[in-house]
Amino acid sequence: MDFQLTDDQRALRAGVRELLAGRFPRERLREAVDRARVVDRGLWRELGAAGFFSLRMPEDAGGAGLGTAEAVLVFEEAGRVLLPGPLVATHLAAGHVEGAAEGEAVVAVAEPGVGGTAMVEYLAQADALLVGTEEGVRLRVLAADAADVADAASAAAQWAVRPVRSVDPLTPLHRVAVGEAGALGPTGGGPIAGVLGLPVGRFRREATLLTAAEQCGSAARTVEMAVEYAGVRHQFGQAIGTFQAVKHLCADMLVRAEMGRTAVYAAAVTGDPQEAAAAKLLADEAAVRNARDCLQVFGGMGFTWEADVHLHLKRAWVRVERFMGAREAEEALAAGLS
Amino acid sequence: MDLDCSEEEEAFRAGLRAWLGEVLPKLPPPPDPSDWPGRRAYDCAWQRMLYDAGYAGLHWPADAGGRGATPTQHLIFLEETERAGAPYVGANFVGLLHAGPTIAAEGTEEQRRRWLPPILRGEEVWCQGFSEPEAGSDLAALRTAAVRDGDAYVVTGSKIWTSHAEVADWCELLVRTDPRAPRHRGISWLAMRMDAPGVTVRPLRTVAGSEEFAEVFLDEVRVPVAHRVGEENDGWRVTMVTLSFERGTAFVGEVVACRRTLGHIAAAARANGRWHDPVLRRRLGRLAAEFSVLWRLTQWNVSEAQRSGPGAVPGPGGSVFKLRYSHARQELYEAAAEVLGGGALDADEEWTNARLSSLSYTIAAGTSQIQKNIVAERILGLPKGP
Repeated sequence: MDFQLTDDQRALRAGVRELLAGRFPRERLREAVDRARVVDRGLWRELGAAGFFSLRMPEDAGGAGLGTAEAVLVFEEAGRVLLPGPLVATHLAAGHVEGAAEGEAVVAVAEPGVGGTAMVEYLAQADALLVGTEEGVRLRVLAADAADVADAASAAAQWAVRPVRSVDPLTPLHRVAVGEAGALGPTGGGPIAGVLGLPVGRFRREATLLTAAEQCGSAARTVEMAVEYAGVRHQFGQAIGTFQAVKHLCADMLVRAEMGRTAVYAAAVTGDPQEAAAAKLLADEAAVRNARDCLQVFGGMGFTWEADVHLHLKRAWVRVERFMGAREAEEALAAGLS
Repeated sequence: MDLDCSEEEEAFRAGLRAWLGEVLPKLPPPPDPSDWPGRRAYDCAWQRMLYDAGYAGLHWPADAGGRGATPTQHLIFLEETERAGAPYVGANFVGLLHAGPTIAAEGTEEQRRRWLPPILRGEEVWCQGFSEPEAGSDLAALRTAAVRDGDAYVVTGSKIWTSHAEVADWCELLVRTDPRAPRHRGISWLAMRMDAPGVTVRPLRTVAGSEEFAEVFLDEVRVPVAHRVGEENDGWRVTMVTLSFERGTAFVGEVVACRRTLGHIAAAARANGRWHDPVLRRRLGRLAAEFSVLWRLTQWNVSEAQRSGPGAVPGPGGSVFKLRYSHARQELYEAAAEVLGGGALDADEEWTNARLSSLSYTIAAGTSQIQKNIVAERILGLPKGP
């Protein structure tokens, strides 16, 4: 047993961190927010070229032949810097949807949500859409002018799709009516290209885990932000990090981040669905609670648009809703008790 | 990252399982919890069985009489003995986990020869005299004084929270040998006989009604200078060597036991109908996640210890574990009480007792508040408080 990162895994993590620091530094994040440029095709292709999407494809198919443990490390880094775009769906579509592995295609995913509607991320930016059904993951290739879907009038007519003013500035959302078979609303708007060779159970488990990994990256980043701020912000003549009330907030944040990360790594190593549920549960909690505590440590500054804290909190809220929420995870874990 | 055991580790597990399967059915019934001499005899007999089978002091270095097992083997030992329902380390806790390792690391050859073999064979029981009424979380504030008189120290003061004091042969004692030195530099580590004249033990009754701890009063107790381990006034450092032993594997058996208890709580809820309450179900589901991840965190910490070797500075895993586990254990028995309903008011109910005992977990071995200070200052690097 050696439940620690291998040297290769450490090197991979460092490499991805360096890549993202170069290609998606904070200025670029803020620029994306200001200009509402949520998916940058150039960056997407760069990620593809770096192997972000093809990581787990076999080497003879152009991938890096790596496993889920490596994938969660990469997605953790993406979560740290709030890298936008349907990263999880495109990664899982690599090898199944043309262009996904190379970063030429942007692939979104729709999952039935509460009341038969789904909140679909990046629909207007996507080239293809994955839809989970009981038979498997179905693929719908969107029209070349998919951006038109964002047009409320044509969307409502064709798709029963309604754009939503998303809480997260970097995650555009559409509310989509989902039919009984999990297909999108009234048919039309693009051909169904068939069912992918990807069992829906495995797809959901992996999507859940990769989303949890992104949450962990964000949770770890907000600990750093809070600690850094608590060390430089002075009140009453001393750094606020001197006060135990602030220290304890920060310590609780670290505990949550470490628990979430341990859960994600373990689930990645074992592939166990119960552990994936536990990982999503703890990672969601870590990301949301840490962002909130970070906002608290930042005080008034944390309530401003200018600080990045709200971007972490809002993205964490988006990811909580993705694939497996707390109710589903807790019920699944309870069902496993004997 | 992997969670698989090597062939060698699996062979160790198989051998241990076979041995446990053979010896456990032959054990006498455990004594009544209030029968301290009976508990001592039972725990020591078990330790002797471990010794004869070659499992005593598994994690001790080979030159101290141990087996020099890897942290993973120690983890397997604790996991398997708990799964099989083997006796807990009990009265030998301090000897095997605190005093023994300290003597092994810091003692002279003569001290090692005198004290270590009887610990491993289950012949001598140790207790711990660290905390004082005025020195709890702030251990370095201890005031029990040791004054040199020829070849002995004359020790006067009082200690508190000492487990097994009534039945112990020896006490690992922290005393102040230089009242003028800075707090951490005037402390020495002594081995004191519990039957020495001037030692008085008074049991302390806990919220659970049991007498798990005692106060120990010391009135001019003579302790030979030869019973000091480490240099005079170097006891703080010597003690920190001891305390680092507590990390990593101290709660392995308990996490295994908690996961089993959670299964029993779920079964009880299914049987009495409370399982239909989704709020309760989700509460139990969350606890399942918590204990599953605490088990993984243990494996993470053990793997880290295995890689870095003894004496290395541990990562944040130990503190994270302590903070989260102590809270989770309390939550576990709160959930048990919800399942029991009015039955939780029956003091003879096992889970009610455990609910009460769990209250000590966020206090003992560093309160959660002190742990958070440690995490914030030593791991996160926040400025030290006033």
